[in-house]
Amino acid sequence: MAIDYSQRIPNNVDLASDRRLQRALENWQPAFLDWWKDLGPDGSNNFDVYLRTAVSTDANGWANFGYVKMPEYRWGIFLAERDPDRKVAFGDNKGQPAWQEVPGELRSTLRRLIVTQGDTEPASVEQQRLLGKTAPSLYDLRNLFQVNVEEGRHLWAMVYLLHAYFGRDGREEAEAMLERHSGDPDKPRILGAFNEKTPDWLSFFMFTYFTDRDGKYQLASLAESGFDPLARSCRFMLTEEAHHMFVGETGVGRIIQRTCELMKQHRTDDVRALGAIDLDTIQKYLNFHFSVSVDLFGQETSTNAANYYSQGLKGRFLETRIEDDHMLTDAAYDIDIVEGGRIVHKSVPALSALNERLRQDYIDDCGRGVLRWNKIIEKAGIDFEMKLPHRAFHRRIGAFSELHVSPDGRVLSEAEWKANESKWLPTDEDRAFVTALMGQAVTEPGKYAHWIAPPARGINGQPVDFEYVRFN
Amino acid sequence: MASESVSAEPIDFRTSPDRYRHWKLALEDGVAYLTMDVNEEAGLKPGYKLKLNSYDLGVDIELADAVQRLRFEHPEIGAVVIRSQRDRIFCSGANINMLGLSTHDHKVNFCKFTNETRLAIEDATEHSHQSYICSINGIAAGGGYELALACDKILLADDGSSAVSLPELPLLAVLPGTGGLTRLVDKRLVRRDHADFFCTTAEGVRGKRAQQWRLVDRLIAPSKLVEETKKVAEEIAARSDRPKDAKGIALPTIERTIEGDTLRYPHLTVEIDRDRRAAHFRVGGPTSPAPANAAAVHAEGAAFWPLALARALDDAMMHLRLNETEIGTWVLHSQGDPAAVEAYDALLAKEAANWLVREIVLYWKRTLKRLDVSSRSLIALVEPGSCFAGTLFELVLAADRSYMLDGVFEGSNLPEAAVKLTAMNFGPYPMGNGLTRLATRFLAEPEHVEVLKKDIGQSLDAGRADDLGLVTFTPDDIDWDDEVRLAIEERAGFSPDGLIGMEANLRFAGPETMETKIFARLSAWQNWIFQRPNATGPEGALKLYGTGKQSKYDRKRA
Repeated sequence: MAIDYSQRIPNNVDLASDRRLQRALENWQPAFLDWWKDLGPDGSNNFDVYLRTAVSTDANGWANFGYVKMPEYRWGIFLAERDPDRKVAFGDNKGQPAWQEVPGELRSTLRRLIVTQGDTEPASVEQQRLLGKTAPSLYDLRNLFQVNVEEGRHLWAMVYLLHAYFGRDGREEAEAMLERHSGDPDKPRILGAFNEKTPDWLSFFMFTYFTDRDGKYQLASLAESGFDPLARSCRFMLTEEAHHMFVGETGVGRIIQRTCELMKQHRTDDVRALGAIDLDTIQKYLNFHFSVSVDLFGQETSTNAANYYSQGLKGRFLETRIEDDHMLTDAAYDIDIVEGGRIVHKSVPALSALNERLRQDYIDDCGRGVLRWNKIIEKAGIDFEMKLPHRAFHRRIGAFSELHVSPDGRVLSEAEWKANESKWLPTDEDRAFVTALMGQAVTEPGKYAHWIAPPARGINGQPVDFEYVRFN
Repeated sequence: MASESVSAEPIDFRTSPDRYRHWKLALEDGVAYLTMDVNEEAGLKPGYKLKLNSYDLGVDIELADAVQRLRFEHPEIGAVVIRSQRDRIFCSGANINMLGLSTHDHKVNFCKFTNETRLAIEDATEHSHQSYICSINGIAAGGGYELALACDKILLADDGSSAVSLPELPLLAVLPGTGGLTRLVDKRLVRRDHADFFCTTAEGVRGKRAQQWRLVDRLIAPSKLVEETKKVAEEIAARSDRPKDAKGIALPTIERTIEGDTLRYPHLTVEIDRDRRAAHFRVGGPTSPAPANAAAVHAEGAAFWPLALARALDDAMMHLRLNETEIGTWVLHSQGDPAAVEAYDALLAKEAANWLVREIVLYWKRTLKRLDVSSRSLIALVEPGSCFAGTLFELVLAADRSYMLDGVFEGSNLPEAAVKLTAMNFGPYPMGNGLTRLATRFLAEPEHVEVLKKDIGQSLDAGRADDLGLVTFTPDDIDWDDEVRLAIEERAGFSPDGLIGMEANLRFAGPETMETKIFARLSAWQNWIFQRPNATGPEGALKLYGTGKQSKYDRKRA
């Protein structure tokens, strides 16, 4: 029986007349739905959730709100509008018309880039699948689900590229993305951070603030790609990614706000006794999530990153707004590296340092939200400042992974590290406390868990006591 | 012009497990575990970091040492597992920055040595029944996969990302340098179209396809990899004929002194004549009578004459290959009692079934093969007082030319030069082509080799040796000095490249084997491609690798 894909799958890629794509999706779509039912948000298949669905890429179309059962969510395939004059903006192929088809010699490299990006999308859905059980409110539960369905859509976007441009290999890779699972010892997700657990809501908010922001920077540099369908796909994904970081930033902010309110009200630092999360613990979670997220940018100097750039496949953040030759063949860039057990500043060829440059852009961006969190603390009249740890702190990838470094950037001996680790990173006890605090999900509209402040405003102009999720 | 290696610290091939910086060796239940954990900072030369379990000659020297020691020191070990300590990387092959910084001769010597080590792994599996099993977690790229190819079994983690690859062509515009292409189609019998796809796909092949295409033997869930590898290895070890209850012999550091241009070992002295760019190998015959049996051989251990001499020859050849690249001619002499050598050969033949004697004979086979592929002109001089009998006569047969003095030198009381054949010349020491040196020498008349068997044990003087075709020229004492001097001086005048090519062409007559293909293709195709601008020119792929700059190829097919 013929299926009308343009109805089930909103798209602007002319799916109705693309037989190759239809054939690919006929196999993949049922597998995706099975995956969603098995590994998507636990026990949620029958909920009506007030979700945003993109039905087109124009200003009115990308944010349609309404109640949806998640398995019936219309995961669409959208690419940002095509600019017919677009050129490759950087690297050796600079100035050529942007590629509408995959150049043969770049095929496997490009496929690897897309697979690595795509693999993170379903991974975070898997990581977050149990959080619904402990949601602090319907508002937050809905935001979690919104993040989840959009990660699902981002998977679709990458799968579309694999199906449309990479033939049989692409189809196999698309299947494999549903076969790897977060934290599965036998078939783990490709990147380490996506195999970590997201066991509680503080972790979830930190994840969406820090780790999804890595996603933003990866997508932004792929949005510069000379391969036009990838660039257009990522540009549209970025509009959605912004919401995920909003969830993270406001989530952490609301926890901080609640903690500060209780500290002021009871004139105490010991908010744990009052059922909230103390600022020290929040700082420890921040340290942890920041450090695992900066790892995602890879080695400080990287041949792969240099190749991606020279080949025109992956640019820098806001490449076209940077004023230089966009070739970088003779340019230099200063980075921190390790020499003789010390951190030293050194000039290296800019092409080799592209990971580090992107990481720097990311760190700068992370700092802005931290400033806003500190405003909340300051407003409450409390003397405490949240800080981003040094980039070399608690690293597992790159040159710094061989050192022990304190949050303020001092190189430590093994003994010093051991003696202080529990001050800087969440201990088992901290995690147990936070997990225990979460408790049962708060399901009454307008009610919020004790440890988190309500949001300033609701979704899409709806009040904060709106029934964002109906359990049926 | 002085070569760049002259001023540098000489490369020493002598090492031992307590000095390893890149490998861990552990023994458990009849299985040895060789775990690769390359120390990034411990490259043999400055200027590069050994990232991602990539290797240089220093890493391979340790591997070769481990392979050798396991055979001699551990008769109880029937299987060896090669694996990686790293989480998601097995081995990423030869370090590219190291190759970029190396002179051409260093690169070739490095490739040659790594090839010999891979062949030694195969030799251990096939003949010592110490089987190699490769357990791959993560990426095995280039030389990393070639190391796996040298093993008898390849186990691959089935985690959706662990992969095997030969990315040399797409990434570097060169070919795999340790027999990767040959072993794919000749050893693992991978279909050529599959191999074609595999060798042009930089990221390689993983999972089911890797197994279906015969690139690996088994896929194993990563959580079971360690345990399953152990199981497979223990099963293989149990089937080995190596004696589980025997004690190995220790291989102490080879005694060597270097004074000026003289290297001294027990039973071997090498004198370098820089003017003629020649090294004189002076091999000493046995200094004590052959022991009675295998138990006595065991008691002598590493001091047992044939073993001590093989180790000395092996080390001397490696030293000269790497550290004396301009010494192009090796002149082979010997001194001692041929009857004593013959007695040792008789012992080796009689006790051939003993595990240690088997190892010693196999080691001689490999050492002689090392001589065959050392890229040096080989001239053997059979002089009065020499002892070219049996095993040592193989040195004469390995030479490109041999000179045997007819008669004696005036005023010398040394006995007249004579050579001797023993049973060891008729089988135990095949060349890379699978034939004995005698069979290769007499390809036109195989029946002559049978005839020669009748002369086993006969003391053959120059006239007789010449009649039998065993030596090249037999000058008398009046002509000797000039003939020999001219031969050596003439050699020094030719182009070294031309000589290497010519000698290799002439040495390896007869059938092709995987081994001859590997060395021939290394020295022909790989060396040619290594020198071409598409690889090593200013815009070549090997030159630019790691810079992010893209290579520009001369598109002409040559």
